[in-house]
Amino acid sequence: MLLSKNRFFSTTDLIGFGLLALLIFVVLPIGLDTFRLNLFGKYLTYAFVAIGLVLCWGAGGILSLGQGVFFGLGGYCMAMFLKLEASSPEATKIQSTPGIPDFMDWNQITEIPIWWQPFHSLTFSLIAVILVPVIFAFIIGVAMFRRRVGGVYFAIITQAIAAILTILIIGQQGYTGGVNGITDLRTLKGWDIRTDDAKVLLYFVNGGLLFACLFLAQLIRRSKLGRILIAMRNQEDRVRFSGYDVANFKIFVFCAGAAFAAIGGAMFTLQVGFMSPSFVGIVPSIEMVILCAVGGRLSIIGAVYGALLVNLAKTTFSELFPELWLLGLGGLFIAVVLIFPNGLAGLYSDYIEPRITAIFKRKFPESKDPGKFDPAKTAAEAAE
Amino acid sequence: MFADYTMGELGAIFAMQGFAGLILFSVFVLMALGLAIIFGQMGVINMAHGEFMILGAYVTYLTSNLFADYLPALFSMYFFLAMILAFFVAGGLGMLVEWALIRHLYKRPLDTLLATWGLSLILQQIYRSVFGAREVGVSIPDWMMGSLPLTDMIEVPINGIFVMVLAVGISLAVYIMMFRSSWGKQVRAVTQNRVMAGAVGINTARTDRLTFGIGCGVAGVAGSAFTMIGSTGPTAGQLYIVDTFLVVVFGGAASLLGTIASAFSISQAQSVMEFFLSGSMAKVLTLLTVVGILMLRPQGLFALKLRK
Amino acid sequence: MSDTPENPKKPMEASRRAVLMGGTAVAASLFAPKFLSASDYPTAAVNTTGLAVTDDEVTIGILHSITGTMAISETGSVQAEKLAIDQINAQGGILGRKIKYIQEDGASDWPTFAEKAKKLLVNDKVASVMGCWTSASRKAVLPVFEQYNGFLYYPTFYEGLEQSPNVIYTGQEATQQIIAGIDWVTQTKGAKSFFLLGSDYIWPRTSNKIARKHIEKLGLKVVGEEYYPLGHTQFNSVINKIRLKKPDVIYAIVVGGSNVAFYKQLKAAGIDMTKEKPLLLTISVTEDEIRGIGGENIVGAYACMKYFQSLDNPNNVAFVEEFKKMWGEDIVIGDVTQAAYLGPWLWKAAVEKAGSFDIDKIREASPGIELTTAPEGYVKVHENHHLWSKTRVGHAKEDGQYEVVFETADLVEPDPFPEGYQ
Repeated sequence: MLLSKNRFFSTTDLIGFGLLALLIFVVLPIGLDTFRLNLFGKYLTYAFVAIGLVLCWGAGGILSLGQGVFFGLGGYCMAMFLKLEASSPEATKIQSTPGIPDFMDWNQITEIPIWWQPFHSLTFSLIAVILVPVIFAFIIGVAMFRRRVGGVYFAIITQAIAAILTILIIGQQGYTGGVNGITDLRTLKGWDIRTDDAKVLLYFVNGGLLFACLFLAQLIRRSKLGRILIAMRNQEDRVRFSGYDVANFKIFVFCAGAAFAAIGGAMFTLQVGFMSPSFVGIVPSIEMVILCAVGGRLSIIGAVYGALLVNLAKTTFSELFPELWLLGLGGLFIAVVLIFPNGLAGLYSDYIEPRITAIFKRKFPESKDPGKFDPAKTAAEAAE
Repeated sequence: MFADYTMGELGAIFAMQGFAGLILFSVFVLMALGLAIIFGQMGVINMAHGEFMILGAYVTYLTSNLFADYLPALFSMYFFLAMILAFFVAGGLGMLVEWALIRHLYKRPLDTLLATWGLSLILQQIYRSVFGAREVGVSIPDWMMGSLPLTDMIEVPINGIFVMVLAVGISLAVYIMMFRSSWGKQVRAVTQNRVMAGAVGINTARTDRLTFGIGCGVAGVAGSAFTMIGSTGPTAGQLYIVDTFLVVVFGGAASLLGTIASAFSISQAQSVMEFFLSGSMAKVLTLLTVVGILMLRPQGLFALKLRK
Repeated sequence: MSDTPENPKKPMEASRRAVLMGGTAVAASLFAPKFLSASDYPTAAVNTTGLAVTDDEVTIGILHSITGTMAISETGSVQAEKLAIDQINAQGGILGRKIKYIQEDGASDWPTFAEKAKKLLVNDKVASVMGCWTSASRKAVLPVFEQYNGFLYYPTFYEGLEQSPNVIYTGQEATQQIIAGIDWVTQTKGAKSFFLLGSDYIWPRTSNKIARKHIEKLGLKVVGEEYYPLGHTQFNSVINKIRLKKPDVIYAIVVGGSNVAFYKQLKAAGIDMTKEKPLLLTISVTEDEIRGIGGENIVGAYACMKYFQSLDNPNNVAFVEEFKKMWGEDIVIGDVTQAAYLGPWLWKAAVEKAGSFDIDKIREASPGIELTTAPEGYVKVHENHHLWSKTRVGHAKEDGQYEVVFETADLVEPDPFPEGYQ
């Protein structure tokens, strides 16, 4: 049990990571056809957002109702690159100005605007995918946290920002594609992203990135920074009086959440083939929070399962019982809040984990697990 | 843009535009008062606020149908009864929700947000199942739908006046309840210190329930009044949510006066900008300004002097 | 109120059951004449690409929003498509095969539309799809249809600027709805100045662009152009602007819940549309929308469409009667509902002309297909996959119906990429 001595990963964490990897990289690709696999890839893009929310909300106590903004910005940066590539003069010769994206042509724009130009470069676009949302989050974070805005106010202001951005994108349709969004994306550097092979590959890239984010999030949580975040959530003043600059930690974690969401957004664009303002607004942003809440707001792995399960349920139940679906979703929100405040992860740690540890204890009676300290539970108790 | 018009015309237009701003102000006040009571006094975020408003609108719709079928002679007066009914139906549902849901969550304000969002989805689906997915047309008595010609140029919409009178009336009623009644004293005591309030013999649970109920009831009345100017459908409530929250937050949550002041400034800004810019841009600019000011002054326009 | 016919719950449950039972209106078909028998068209010959066609059944998809904000609008289309399918089955189906449908819910969410479209094409192998409503949903499914070579019948009047080999547009593209209407209002009402107003998204903006170009070509004046976010409910400012500019015509393309607010506030502001000073011309308010607005709030307005429920021709009288029999007496039928009804019929005609269900053959067969039984009268599929159809102007009455006051003498040619209007 050498690994369990690692301060970042307890045995239970490792089991969790391992099981999830098994599910994402082995079980799903074997068990599903390309169409379903692509669907799961799409679900997993929301898991990026949910992981970010676990950091912000679960650990840091900052509830952002505007994660859709970052998801959308990341997705739009990716979509702009793909759209420029799809708008070669040959592909768009039916337009009155060939060589520009179709929606610009429909809005009498005759040349690609300056701020679109850099997106001809893939490198720039990939950097922008992360940087644009992070800078945006930084500005919001500095403005809000430095002035000690938090809690409910912060939630509502982020919500307003989501609403504003949606209205802006829809209103500036010559530059953004308006309500239809940026559609009909075809190739990435000549590689057709619409074929089945591409979808499978993108699924694995997506899974790989997800695990990279999971590891990062785990590092953040288990580092001193993560402890401070939790301390801050529980007793902000005491942390401040201990000499920490609370705002900086909040800004950092908020930016990290934004970066995760942005990667999710970019992968969403690649896998689904378009981006539209309907992922930016209030409703999708709140749905992202519920993914996180269902998975367990304190558990990054739970967040991934939450994203998978809720989206899967949405697809299945909305096919079978469109009427009941909204009732079910609403009921789920209420149940998660009232009965299982720690979501799936809470159920796991209350009912399943004790048994697993019991088995391990029997097998390795001598091993003392330093990961026994469960921040999730302690935090939950403290939050009560 | 004004070169072609005489001074008289311009004066008339500005008068009417000012009036349009006042109507918007009244609409905002009506939307926000119920939420301000709940949010400001209890710290609870009611995301289902819009759905409570639509409940009021549906009550009005049912009342109008009842009057049209059974009491056509009194149809022109049904609206007053509808508003009273809307208050009690929405308020009753509010109290039920408080009992079943909210009271378990007072220590977790962010969670009330999720729970009430879930509630809003459920209510929407119920409306859809009961009234159909399409919008319902609420017939408004004729006398409420015309306009009063003040001069040749200036015409004042009657429903606008009605909304304004209602906004003033309800604001006064809320003011009296909050600051002149023993219930108001209890509410404020509970807001300021729940434990102490309980210790001096205030039934805090009952106070909370009543407060939530009254907040929802006011939302119901607002929804009832909005049948005159807006649509009534299962998802119409969501249209009001952002505006409503911004008004309350901008005003400073704990202050009813702040809510009114913020409704006034937002509505005036929006209606002035709408006149000079395109509608979409005006909306974005208004929202941006509000958020910008909130970033500089996060506690809102009027706030209790508390330091977190 | 719980049993209103527009309540989508019951029809939907029924339809699901119908799907499970594997076909609808089987009994009715016993009494209908059989034109074609399946034995004349062996499955192997009419279906060479592996679509869901058996010896006695062919499966198609219906893809609309049943939940979410668009459910309000799309319900009518679903109802019309189901009626058409039932009627076709009652007549013996297509090439002797009954139509079975799989209905999917787009949930007013564009990726869901794309996802369900893919499911219908890849998993269910449907022979065609009737569906979509908003432009955004169509744009989302379009790459899917082109990639997997599906065939979509799209019912809504829309902004044009599109012509896909995999879509038949049964509604009007923008010029078909706009130009004749503006000509009419200038010629018969002597309109000289226009105020353009719309919800802020692509269809109203493109339509107003075409309208503006046409108005300016006629040498007339546009005195204002305004857009409001979708769902906006406060129109007093724009009403004041209209008063200030005193246009002859308010050209309104407001959609959704905003519609109700706009017309109620217009009336309350003392602008009586029956006086036609200014006159209001809209291309976004069908009989469906009037139910929410209330007939008394919009009486006197003019709408430019291709179909009104009040059209007086034998096709339409029969259609309205059948529609009401199936979905309830107090239901109303708007322009898009009628266009949706054309979908299955046009597909049937194309399949029969091609003698095959293969998508490529249907695509080839589609141009030139005529439908003399359309409720709107006679329509014909153009080379560019849009329909030749007439443009009509209706005058709103207090009971929520339109009275047809004008129709173009000839069919109007669809022109999705109008020269000089872009």
